[in-house]
Amino acid sequence: MAIDTKPASELRRAGRPARPHNVARTLTPYLFLAAPLAFLIVFTYIPVVNMFGYSVTSWDGLSPSREFVGLDNYVEIATRPELFGVLKVSLYYIGASVVQIGLALYFATILSFNTRFRNLFKGVLFFPYLINGVAIGMIFLFFFQPGGTLDSAMSALGLGGATQQWLGDPSVVNWSLAGTSIWRYLGLNFVLFLGAIQSIPAHLYEAAEIDGASRWDQFRHIILPGIRPIVGLSFILAISGSLSVFEIPFIMTGGANDSETFVIQTVNMAFKYYKLGLASAMAVVLLLIILLVTWLQRRVAPDEKVDLS
Amino acid sequence: MIARVLKYLSLTGASLVVLLPPVVLVLASLKTNNEYLNSGPFDPPGDWLNFDNYVTAFTKGHMLRGFINTSVIMAVSLTGTVLIGSMAAYAIDRFRFRLRKLVVALFMLATLVPGVTTQVATFKVVDALDLYDSRWSAIALFLGTDIISIYIFRQFLRGVPRELDEAAAMEGAGPFGIFWRIILPLLKPAIATVVIIKGIAMYNEFYIPFLYMPSQELGVISTSLYRFKGPFGAQWEVISAGVILVIIPTLIAFLALQRFIYNGFTAGAGK
Repeated sequence: MAIDTKPASELRRAGRPARPHNVARTLTPYLFLAAPLAFLIVFTYIPVVNMFGYSVTSWDGLSPSREFVGLDNYVEIATRPELFGVLKVSLYYIGASVVQIGLALYFATILSFNTRFRNLFKGVLFFPYLINGVAIGMIFLFFFQPGGTLDSAMSALGLGGATQQWLGDPSVVNWSLAGTSIWRYLGLNFVLFLGAIQSIPAHLYEAAEIDGASRWDQFRHIILPGIRPIVGLSFILAISGSLSVFEIPFIMTGGANDSETFVIQTVNMAFKYYKLGLASAMAVVLLLIILLVTWLQRRVAPDEKVDLS
Repeated sequence: MIARVLKYLSLTGASLVVLLPPVVLVLASLKTNNEYLNSGPFDPPGDWLNFDNYVTAFTKGHMLRGFINTSVIMAVSLTGTVLIGSMAAYAIDRFRFRLRKLVVALFMLATLVPGVTTQVATFKVVDALDLYDSRWSAIALFLGTDIISIYIFRQFLRGVPRELDEAAAMEGAGPFGIFWRIILPLLKPAIATVVIIKGIAMYNEFYIPFLYMPSQELGVISTSLYRFKGPFGAQWEVISAGVILVIIPTLIAFLALQRFIYNGFTAGAGK
């Protein structure tokens, strides 16, 4: 937060006794904040507080009464492997985000140098990020279905023998879904990295070229340090995103064949099995894990400021 | 030389991987059911101008209703988001008041809470307010969970010199007059950014309408398309048409607003 300096008019007034005019002036910011704060409190803070409250009950979400059960729900999550175990599915998506960030870094770097059709390539790589999630789900249901796009492309390349039950085989499905996730989100990382690279002052490259630095040297010593903060941020967003994956698997498989994620399970627990207490406890656990990851990142890399010039 | 070849090879390869999955749906959407069943995904349709599946998707698939519902919700929510976000940013940036730090902290802290995790409890709030199964549920949630706009408006306001509001105050304008006649018009570029980023997010939102607006009549484009899975389960030529219909507006917006879209996402993510 920047240091606030009081406007001169306020300082002048400070010494005088309060007048009705000043009361109005004091109230003004609160009038402007009334609606934004009301929405924030009702739709963000009340749910969070309630969620903690529900998590220590056995409420089904419907009946008027609810029974206090202490930490039973949390014990259940810790002791029933099928509840906590689905977090393992997130590992596929975390792995995919590493690949995704690597690819984004590669394409951002090569497109930051002079390239023919640069805007076309940039647009093509970025556009999937803008597409509706349900449409993406359908596109990839078609892509992965037996005899679909992927199988046909593999046959055309002579790989027909290697086709799989891409969404039906529990040992393959999470790879397919994580791959879909790379297709969807690569563009955002790529555009963010490209923006950061292009804001590096051009004279640094020129100087490096005069010194005879290769492209690889330029990447290591100029580009990478210059975009480190945004890469770090992308990793954190990727990890919390991987822990709370929902849309793609929910739309494509509904969580079938071992593709269920923690959030799908939480949502099913609440709205399908009417165990709102247990579902709330699961949501609290996820929230705490994500807060922990964010906190760790801020500890490990506290706002690295990179000074290049 | 080899590096150049590899570079263009990788770019072409990546473009192919990006484009192939959606483009085959264009082919499928132009086929008849019989044709679809008896051809591979890469085979061209017999008649390139066969739009029957699009008509089916629009009418029997209720895509028209989806587009109308989405438009109504977006119009109200975007207006609300701009007003709420700019009011909050104006209050935080231009006034010094006792609870200012607390208010800023409340907004910052809320960015750390991922929306999906709290739906379990949000549902009860929406239900208690009697918004369940109405368009207002989506509108209220879009307005209530939007911190990015406040952030973007605030960033922008910092660069707007205070002399402008002070000059207006000298001429006797009250804070509401200043906000309405000076601040809001000056915020135009930031408003464009917010409308683009939030507009795309609202157009694409699936879970909120899915959870809170189960009635068929309230289907937005996401939920209408999702419901294709039932009645058109095996009719991929109709589903494909629905998918393409959903993508076309996004593609047009992207082609028309490219520069703003790139800038918008770069501004929105670097918080």
